[in-house]
Amino acid sequence: MVRVVDTPPAPTPAPGTPKGRPGIAHVWIMVGQRLALGLLTLFVVSLLIFGATELLPGDFAEAVLGQAATPETVAAIRRELGLDQPAPVRYFDWLGGVLQGDFGRSLASGNRPVADMIGNRLGNTLFLAGYAAAMAVPLALILGILAALWRNSVFDRASNSAALGAISFPEFFVAYILIFLLAQSGYFPSMARVPAGADLGERLYRAFLPALTLTLVVTAHMMRMTRAAIINLLASPYIEMARLKGMSPMRVILRHALPNAIAPIANVVAINMAYLITGVVVVEVVFVYPGLGQLMVDSVARRDIPVVQAVALIFAAAYVLLNLAADVISTLSNPRLLYPR
Amino acid sequence: MDAFGPLGWLLLIAGFVAGAAAAGWLFRAGLVLVTRGELRRSLRGAPLTASFGMLVILIYLFVAVFAPLLAPYGERAVVGAQFLPWSEAHWLGTDNLGRDMASRMIYGARNTVGIALATTLLAFLLGTALGLLAAILGGWIDQGMSRIVDVFMAIPSLIFALLLLTIFGTSIVTLILVIAVIDATRVYRIARSVAQGIVVMDFIEAARLRGEGMVRLVFREILPNAMAPLVAEFGLRFCFVFLAISALSFLGLGIQPPTADWGSMVRENATLITFGDITPLLPAGAIALLTVAINFVVDWQLYRASGLKD
Repeated sequence: MVRVVDTPPAPTPAPGTPKGRPGIAHVWIMVGQRLALGLLTLFVVSLLIFGATELLPGDFAEAVLGQAATPETVAAIRRELGLDQPAPVRYFDWLGGVLQGDFGRSLASGNRPVADMIGNRLGNTLFLAGYAAAMAVPLALILGILAALWRNSVFDRASNSAALGAISFPEFFVAYILIFLLAQSGYFPSMARVPAGADLGERLYRAFLPALTLTLVVTAHMMRMTRAAIINLLASPYIEMARLKGMSPMRVILRHALPNAIAPIANVVAINMAYLITGVVVVEVVFVYPGLGQLMVDSVARRDIPVVQAVALIFAAAYVLLNLAADVISTLSNPRLLYPR
Repeated sequence: MDAFGPLGWLLLIAGFVAGAAAAGWLFRAGLVLVTRGELRRSLRGAPLTASFGMLVILIYLFVAVFAPLLAPYGERAVVGAQFLPWSEAHWLGTDNLGRDMASRMIYGARNTVGIALATTLLAFLLGTALGLLAAILGGWIDQGMSRIVDVFMAIPSLIFALLLLTIFGTSIVTLILVIAVIDATRVYRIARSVAQGIVVMDFIEAARLRGEGMVRLVFREILPNAMAPLVAEFGLRFCFVFLAISALSFLGLGIQPPTADWGSMVRENATLITFGDITPLLPAGAIALLTVAINFVVDWQLYRASGLKD
């Protein structure tokens, strides 16, 4: 819970609520509702991802066989994949498998279990995204707060224009500029293939360029949104009060604005981490990084539907969970919610 | 290129910014000369970034429309050896199959921008129509459509596009339809919330009491008042669509060869970068320049519409 200094007193609890720690249960009920809603969203998303394949002209079996489809082979494949079952049965089979870590078998690469193909790559992608986030979040928050503090200064304008530019750049443009500037002269490898037994330092070094690309792309957005969130807060009366008391601008921001900015900033961070998910796909392809994004792109080209479904589900789940986390954090960091009206 | 050094790069960037500012200033001066009245007053107040943006957009449109006249060679013609360096005959050299790079850049403007524009228009048609409908009718229609859109938006758009492209296969028509449907959900949200603010106003009530039909209500009462935010959203949406299509083409899943397209041109010629040749950066840069230009113009329009002061 966040301690809020010098904010106006929160509204007194409604007559009906018990004294002591009013409304704590209320907040947990709210968080519980959010979590339940998140689970529901995940369920519907899985339904959508599964249901999308039902739109396939013809069906799965014909897509696998392509030109070689004869009525007998199609029927055989259908039986093998369980396609002769009705859709709801297949959906719950699939979902049950997914919940136990079984994503079915790949169509294109010799019937390998999809879970095997995903295993290592999921770790690699999480490593890359975490690496980028570890660089981007502090950088963006510091730049955003400074830009809000010195707004309309040269620093603010320059960083704002640079951010606007960076947002408009396609990820592969940023990636190739970095390759041109840093990899071509031999500072960093442009291929991020990681050898099997590499230690952490080696992995960080090899994944530096992809992580830097993602950092640059995400930082711009995050910085602009942090700046906007802080400036929005600075218009509140209690900030004016703090200023009139003669506090230094830095103290006003750190002690008064920042605690109240946690909710918007958590949102900003979560939105951008979710944005990393899409960025990761392109960046992994540029740097030949063995992650989920590359697997997905390869599988789309081969129309390997079970693999695409599995990876899409993982990405979508990460996206939903990040948004859920932001929601819960902003609920918990808002002292006004402790006192239901 | 190696002897350039960091100072050279800084000078180059500074020169580019100065050149852009000068071009923007000249273009604005020219526009102020040829326009009259209200338009002239607003143009005179345009910041340099916005006038530079408008200039860039105009140049792109010009190149896209007159591509066959401007390009020295055909779009798909093989005219020389592979990966020729820049020369008199081939301004930007040739690509991985020996096609003229400059001609493909010019045709790429037509293909990439044209497809992105068609997609955005379709997304807007779909999104605004449904959004306005939801705002006007309300009730369970609004609830139903909004919940469906919520579910669509719970999946990152690139991931969803990849999933749909796996199912429907990769062709230009499916590409346009898939991206348009996904982006229409975003447009729907904006259109609905803008229209909801307007629908509750008194003049709409008055129009309804006058007995105006749905069509008249939408086109005469609501749309004119919703235009400013929708136009700004159109600009931004175009950027997103443009970047999404370029990213998919770059991944080899969007616009398919031999059609000239900036995203796939980067992919096809990417190996040159490791040899210190910047040619493959040019199509990527062309994408970036257009999105920056549109963002500049949209920023200015939003600023004007809201009277933002911070």
